[in-house]
Amino acid sequence: MRRYSWLVPTLYILFLMLPIYWLLNMSFKTTNEILGSFTLWPQEFTLENYRVIFTDPTWYNGYINSLIYVTLNTVLSVAVALPAAYAFSRYRFLGDKHLFFWLLTNRMAPPAVFALPFFQLYSAVGLFDTHLAVALAHTLFNIPLAVWILEGFMSGVPKELDETAYVDGHSFWSFFLKIFVPTIAAGIGVAAFFCFMFSWVELLLAKTLTAVEAKPIAATMTRTASTSGYELGLLAAAGSLTIVPGAFVIYFVRNYIAKGFALGRV
Amino acid sequence: MTLELKDVSLRFGADTHIYPTSLTLDPGSFNILLGTTLAGKTTLMKLMAGLEKPTRGEVWFSGKNVTGVSVRSRNVSMVYQQFINYPNLTVYENIASPLRVARVSEAEIKKKVQSLAELLKLSPMLQRRPGELSGGQQQRTALARALIKDSDLVLLDEPLANLDFKLREELRDELPRLFADRDCIVVYATTEPTEALLFGGNTACLHQGRIAQFGPTGEIYRAPKDLVSAQVFSDPPINTVAVTKRGGEFRLADMATWAATGDFANIADGDYTLGVRPHHVSPLASGDNPVGVDGKVLVAELSGSESIIHFTMHGATWVSQSHGIHPFEVGSQAKLYADMSRAMLFDMDGRRVAA
Repeated sequence: MRRYSWLVPTLYILFLMLPIYWLLNMSFKTTNEILGSFTLWPQEFTLENYRVIFTDPTWYNGYINSLIYVTLNTVLSVAVALPAAYAFSRYRFLGDKHLFFWLLTNRMAPPAVFALPFFQLYSAVGLFDTHLAVALAHTLFNIPLAVWILEGFMSGVPKELDETAYVDGHSFWSFFLKIFVPTIAAGIGVAAFFCFMFSWVELLLAKTLTAVEAKPIAATMTRTASTSGYELGLLAAAGSLTIVPGAFVIYFVRNYIAKGFALGRV
Repeated sequence: MTLELKDVSLRFGADTHIYPTSLTLDPGSFNILLGTTLAGKTTLMKLMAGLEKPTRGEVWFSGKNVTGVSVRSRNVSMVYQQFINYPNLTVYENIASPLRVARVSEAEIKKKVQSLAELLKLSPMLQRRPGELSGGQQQRTALARALIKDSDLVLLDEPLANLDFKLREELRDELPRLFADRDCIVVYATTEPTEALLFGGNTACLHQGRIAQFGPTGEIYRAPKDLVSAQVFSDPPINTVAVTKRGGEFRLADMATWAATGDFANIADGDYTLGVRPHHVSPLASGDNPVGVDGKVLVAELSGSESIIHFTMHGATWVSQSHGIHPFEVGSQAKLYADMSRAMLFDMDGRRVAA
């Protein structure tokens, strides 16, 4: 029995890796090969698909646009959530618990609900088709999440640390920026990661609120039917590349996330 | 440099944390706040430091009203029971922190940190982070940070409570030396009467948000003003029972009678509460006026050189703490002797009757 204990995890991992493998596999094939025959690995290995993406501005601008609004969103969300989470973790004020819960309820509505109002509003104020539009729309979901995560980490830091800093003569901002923020760096990492991931994979709002200037990569991918039909190889290569930033971020914050789970807030 | 609390009280909504309290701490004095957990020791310290603003009353320092002055502008240091250090800074930077804020020159910071580190045996750890240190070293770091600036007021909130026995003794010996050549006011909170006695100085007995008594430590121990002080200043808790005095004789229900000797002879007849410290109750008759009482043994703890026997006696739970090993069967009847010449008498309002 023990000798086969590797079997189940291996099968499971194969099952998980299969779609990713297939995507990578396709990205190194020509569209003809994909459509023409069933092959387990590329018969005519080609980097042509990737070459197109890295040289054609309509493709690589999609990545640049996505990265711009995702970064903007992550910075905005964490910057706004930090003081809010501090207030929730350190002060008792009228309706604090209700407010905290209400923040979370924002996440319970599907983004589609907000697509129409955002579209109309941003068109009216001239924000339509800008990176800021998407970044702002995503903060609606990310700030509550970031506040929730950061509050958990902050409550894990004893209030006496704040008091010690004041006793030592630190001002609030000196304490907050020089001592408190480094102390909860792990929490900030986790919050930033979740903001990044939500904003990176969210498609509906990003697509609705942009046209040309700030068009995200996912939108580019859905609009690439050419006269010769779908270019599947190209799409597969674009898809493979969209996994890369997420994988990078996960690699860097993996230890922090484990810590976050231990604190019961992720 | 005198710290004065003038009728200071603190309330949160309907909860009173500190009842109106007045206290004067002299320059260069070592003061102990003695009380059980939740007695209000930490809260009172925060009021002294300026971390909490009193609901009513005023805090004066060196003849100036500092009630509304923030803790930053007062020259105060504080050490907590939990080991509080800045986790992202090295031990060196932790200790240097108050000087950095005060913009002291680098050369002077270095000199001061190194001499303090030497004193507190932290020299080899200066480049490490607090998380990599043992509990004792972490608390030394916190102490060093509290000592590096010449504070007018140093507040130590049960600084030794989270340390193991050996380290606690070690650090307890070092503490008075650290303050020997300073003229700051030290306030030390503790739950342990023994600790208060070891440090000496002045003691304030704190009970449920009120100061029961304040004065020289030894004096309060020997002659507590009332029952509350006596209870706070006794561990294990002081034994009490109702007694009656009539015509030169004390009577404990129908269990025991004894002659009112010494100072007890002069007090008026009537009902009193008798208080006997656990180490004046022993399985062996000893002292000037041993009186036997009968009890049922609840617990008998025998440590290497000492017996602690908990027993019920006339409806009250008493504790006897005596030298030597005195084995008792749990549940058995036992005869123990209280030295009544060392007992204290309290009237029905809890005030100690002169003895």
